[in-house]
Amino acid sequence: MEFAFTEEHLMIRDSAERFLAQASDSHAVRAAMNHPDAHDPEVWQRIGQELYWPALMVPERFGGMGLGFVELAILLEQSGRYLLGSPLFATACLATPALLLGHNEAVQEHWLGAIAAGETRATLAFASVAGLEACSVQTVAEPRPGGWTLDGEYAQVIDGASADLLIVAARAPGSEGEQGISLFVLPGNTPGVMRNPLATLDQTRRLARIELRQVPVSEAQRLCGPEHGWAVLRDTLLIAAIGLAAEQTGGAQQALDLTLAYIAERRQFKRTIASFQAIKHRCADMMLQVECARSAAYYAACVAQERLDPNGDCAVVQELEQAAATAKIHASEAFFHCAAESIQLHGGVGFTWEYDPHLYFKRARAGEQLLGSPALHRERLAAHLLGEQP
Amino acid sequence: MKIGFSRADEVFREDIAQWMTEHLSGEFAPLRFRGGPGDEHSFPEERKAWERTLAAGAWIGVGWAKEHGGRGLSISQQVIFHEEYARAGGPGRMGHIGEGLVGPTLAAFGTPAQQQRLLPGILDGSQFWCQGYSEPGAGSDLANVQTRAKLDATGEHWLISGQKVWTSLAHEADWCFVLARTEPGSQGHHGLSFLLVPMAQDTIRVQPIQQLTGTSEFNEVFFDQTLTHADNLIGQPGDGWKIAMALLGFERGVSTLGQQMQFHNELDEIIRIARANGAARDPLLRQRIAQAWAGLKVLRYNSLRMLSGPQDGNLGREAMIYKLAWSTWHSDLGKLAMDVLGDAGEILDAAPYQLSRLQSLFLFTRSDTIYGGSNEIQRNVIAERALGMPREPRVNG
Repeated sequence: MEFAFTEEHLMIRDSAERFLAQASDSHAVRAAMNHPDAHDPEVWQRIGQELYWPALMVPERFGGMGLGFVELAILLEQSGRYLLGSPLFATACLATPALLLGHNEAVQEHWLGAIAAGETRATLAFASVAGLEACSVQTVAEPRPGGWTLDGEYAQVIDGASADLLIVAARAPGSEGEQGISLFVLPGNTPGVMRNPLATLDQTRRLARIELRQVPVSEAQRLCGPEHGWAVLRDTLLIAAIGLAAEQTGGAQQALDLTLAYIAERRQFKRTIASFQAIKHRCADMMLQVECARSAAYYAACVAQERLDPNGDCAVVQELEQAAATAKIHASEAFFHCAAESIQLHGGVGFTWEYDPHLYFKRARAGEQLLGSPALHRERLAAHLLGEQP
Repeated sequence: MKIGFSRADEVFREDIAQWMTEHLSGEFAPLRFRGGPGDEHSFPEERKAWERTLAAGAWIGVGWAKEHGGRGLSISQQVIFHEEYARAGGPGRMGHIGEGLVGPTLAAFGTPAQQQRLLPGILDGSQFWCQGYSEPGAGSDLANVQTRAKLDATGEHWLISGQKVWTSLAHEADWCFVLARTEPGSQGHHGLSFLLVPMAQDTIRVQPIQQLTGTSEFNEVFFDQTLTHADNLIGQPGDGWKIAMALLGFERGVSTLGQQMQFHNELDEIIRIARANGAARDPLLRQRIAQAWAGLKVLRYNSLRMLSGPQDGNLGREAMIYKLAWSTWHSDLGKLAMDVLGDAGEILDAAPYQLSRLQSLFLFTRSDTIYGGSNEIQRNVIAERALGMPREPRVNG
């Protein structure tokens, strides 16, 4: 048990911070927002091919760096801080864990290798209707000789319109609940895959509606069959929620830091407004929430790391659902609280398009809902604590 | 960064669990789950005997360095010790002020002679301590200490006069550590010294304070020309404020884990009642129960961060927010307990004013956000020291 950053962790953090302070400053964030894919292809190329962030968690035998989820969480905290518009989240937090937990060596070798090379933007599509439960998987995989035919739709897929690779969940005809769910890999340009970008409140991350109309897939495209499908999907979503919590922690920290910088300059009544106790106490409460979110996110990141490690500590892996819920609840609420406070403490300029607080406020609201709202995670915890689960 | 326990840790867990089962029985059985905050007045003699039993099992000072007579256990094993102690219903520790606050302070600031003289009494469960910081005019403004101490003509003894307040366990303690003004005419945090004072003196009067719970954990302590030997000054005259603040830093150490296990026991009782009385079907209460559980986990993660960082009395970011975090969480838990109890929460165990455990929790947690630095002071400290915001203006005179 050693719940502290190592020297290597601090180096990863500091170098990411240096890169993002330039590559994702306010000007760059706004430029990315106006790009159809919400990211600058040149920045993504540097991330993939100079910084090797997508390769971070990919095992060395597939051409990756073989590091763990804690290292990824450190990068995500920084990318969240700087509102980086990037395929990184969907690729590293959704697609990569699904591939790592999957059960098809050839698929893993090919696609993890492609991700590690920084060439492939990937995502995960699973829910036809809003939700995190197995019943939200409604796309059907109809068996046919040599494979299946996929038919259905996915409601809000992160980077769904731009991803080169889709990992999709589909269920056997007539199956229900956790039974019958399989995962398939599907290149984004496959005929029959219709991708409709959605206009979103948060412009720093794109969502798309995806329709699959009679899309044939082969046995070689099946990442995971029904015997493990739901377990892999469920744990992937929990791990992604943990990554999102790390990102949200960074966002909350930056909302606080932007506010501190502004109120130290802004003068009223012949003093900086930072010198008023009413303001100091609100900033102290923001820091309280940020540090709680950080503790929860990194603890959960340690749990995710054990889950992704084939030799991970079983006792720790047992904590995955609850650690993910704890992190997602605290980080979502810390980020929303800090972003809202950031607007208030900036006063009138906080309400303008020109200043950045609204970008954090919108990102915070979107993230609260992604991968399970705090209310959803609390209800899951409650069912567990009150002994209602089988 | 790595969580989880090794095989050796799990063996250690079995050791402490088995030891607790064997020893917290017989004469000590009534102490199970007793003596915590709000219940510290219960079973004082039995709990002192329990401390000596703990000492015989070498379970006091498990985290102290070996050079100071401790066991120097790893953080993992300290975590396990506190978890298993509380799981077994280990009673509130009479010795926690000595073990958690005085010991680390002596280790950091005491002379070798002071350490050799005073640490063994803490480790063997024979000497109990209380804290002499607050005064009627020095609450949030702690530096406004008026208790005076001066050396007698021979230079052998300090003579202490003044009043301390909110001193828990003063009537059970052998020693009090006293923050006193040793430089006449000094103000604020200048001119204060940190003195250790034996309690068995006629010149000390202890007056219990009846709290809104009806019980009396806290006391007023009056010193009237009270003596302590010159050897009982820690550090130099004038170092008092520095040492007093460092001591408060040690309060955010491993003892937080024991406190959290106590909280866990309280939450378990709330959950048990919610399942029994139907409150578990109320969607809003379900959300609050889950929030309480997750919030307690975060307190634990914060503690693990604190314990994994340097243990030098300096506070990291997670330590600076810790008091505000736990006190707010705990007072919310007290209100949750009453909302889960519903109508039953209004009815006492017995007249005239015998509270159930959860009623006591509800009432006593109102003190959590006040003592040891009120939430408002905590927010000032966070804003000024952690966030670098301007300090509150000082009014002269």
